[in-house]
Amino acid sequence: MTVFRRRHAWLGALVALALVFPQLAAWLGQDFYVAFASRVLIWALLASSLNLLVGVGGMVSLGHAAFYGVGAYVVGIVATEAPQLSAALIAWPAAVAVSGLLALAIGAISLRTRGVYFIMITLAFAQMLFYVFVSLKAYGGDDGMAIARRSALPGLNLADEATFYYVVLALFALCLYALARLTASRFGRVLAGIKDNEARMESLGYATFRFKLVAIVISGAVAGLAGALMANLNTYVSPNMLYWDQSGTVLVMVILGGLGSLWGGLAGAGAYLLFEELATAVTPHWQIGLGALLLGVVFFAPAGIAGLFARRRR
Amino acid sequence: MTSLLILEQCLNGLQFGLMLFLLAAGLTLVFGIMDLINLAHGSLYMLGAYLVATLTQASGNFLLGAALGIAATAVIGMALEVLILRGLYQRDHLSQVLATFALILISNETTRTLWGVQPLQLNVPAWLSGSVELLPGLGYSAFRLAIIVVGLAVAALLYLVITRTRIGMLIRAGASNRPMATAMGTDIKRLFTAVFGAGAALCALAGAMLGPLLAVQVGMGENILILAFVTVVIGGIGSIRGAFVGALLVGVVDTFGRAFMPTLLRHALSPAFADAAGPSLAAISIYLLMVAVLFWKPRGLFPVGA
Repeated sequence: MTVFRRRHAWLGALVALALVFPQLAAWLGQDFYVAFASRVLIWALLASSLNLLVGVGGMVSLGHAAFYGVGAYVVGIVATEAPQLSAALIAWPAAVAVSGLLALAIGAISLRTRGVYFIMITLAFAQMLFYVFVSLKAYGGDDGMAIARRSALPGLNLADEATFYYVVLALFALCLYALARLTASRFGRVLAGIKDNEARMESLGYATFRFKLVAIVISGAVAGLAGALMANLNTYVSPNMLYWDQSGTVLVMVILGGLGSLWGGLAGAGAYLLFEELATAVTPHWQIGLGALLLGVVFFAPAGIAGLFARRRR
Repeated sequence: MTSLLILEQCLNGLQFGLMLFLLAAGLTLVFGIMDLINLAHGSLYMLGAYLVATLTQASGNFLLGAALGIAATAVIGMALEVLILRGLYQRDHLSQVLATFALILISNETTRTLWGVQPLQLNVPAWLSGSVELLPGLGYSAFRLAIIVVGLAVAALLYLVITRTRIGMLIRAGASNRPMATAMGTDIKRLFTAVFGAGAALCALAGAMLGPLLAVQVGMGENILILAFVTVVIGGIGSIRGAFVGALLVGVVDTFGRAFMPTLLRHALSPAFADAAGPSLAAISIYLLMVAVLFWKPRGLFPVGA
């Protein structure tokens, strides 16, 4: 059995499981897990977008929740202010565009710094936006706001959990494919080169600032889509989506899953949420278990979950 | 009347800033010397506050409780350094973030298990509960005044230790060029453990002083951790002087924002909006300060080892 085939067997099994998951859950009488699977996929989308920035580009951001939360608020605000426009084909691209533009502005300023200072300046922007939404009483203030119903998509009923799951799955697959192509493209190689040695890339004639900024914009736009989807899943948005612990959680997912690995976002989000889901049922002290697990990953699996699979490939 | 109010808020800002300095000093040293991003620094602050509150209740004496609690936290901090954090110095920053995030989860849940979910009560000792008349018409809480005195004393002590003693020299050498300090024969392992223990003790001191003002509860560490990081970054990583200036800046801006922003806004905008947006704008002002500093000085106000 060649390595190539084994990898494809894994991938095939994963895709097959993803495709029949709602039927499987219904057959087992566990319909609740369909919405849970949508949640995992949305977090995976968010983590994958951050992985482009952190894993490929080497820019550690602790403010990713800003783009995610703003994407969610775009859906929420459109649903409140202009319900007639609350179609997925309008509100979701709007969320992507607004988050992307926001990323452009924040990125342009943040890129003056690097390393830990970059971590903190992205955190600062996200916290500022958190407080902006807390003070917007028209949109619920710190209570957040409920959204009357999910966005409309012609021909599909998104209120149905299984249908919504397939839409999320399709968007996740599409974005992951695009991220894979992007990482393998010239743009992705340059970005990885900047991560390794920015001075060298600069002296080779690359406008490194521009490459990094474009990476931030793409990453922020995808995070905005994740936020739009999460707003639809929960039919609720709140400032907490922008709070720094959300940025921290998604960063932890990326490191847990595997930095710079295509499947790292999915592996990290899946492992984190599944552990939380299963462990809360067992003990209220599950956070000690999660902490121990994360410590174990740091010391025994430095390349994350994806790294465990990669090693087997050899 | 207004000038007295401003003076009082200045003192509040100084008091809060000095407490931030206690946290930021340990954080910036660990950061600068050991190149370790320690998210669990806030957990040591929480642990210190819990230990001081418990020991004060048990002994009935605030000073004794504080001294024991601070010593216990220092020992716990050093144990943490030897057992876990030591293995992280050679690792990249992201592994450190993940590992110390794990420590936050573990310590929060352990604290919740041991002490329960209810916040602990840590009372101001009776002999500090009154107020002192600083100026005619300006009474100021004796306890807050004590915080200022302790904070200034610790800052002065730290300054003397770092600029005038041999261990301070080693710390400065470690912060500006770690490989060189090691190559010159510094016993870096013992130095690191000692610095970490001192940082933990400062955390516990801050916890003891702020405990009676803020609630002693799980999660108190994370909120102040962010402010401590903001302070460290504004000052420049590894710089004690930067941490001091940054802490006072953050303390004063935060306090002034909270005290005056709603009133100022009411002059310009509708009262309803001002009341809603005022507290948020006050919170934003600290982050705005940090962004502004980093915009002009991308490595903080006092860059180390540039």
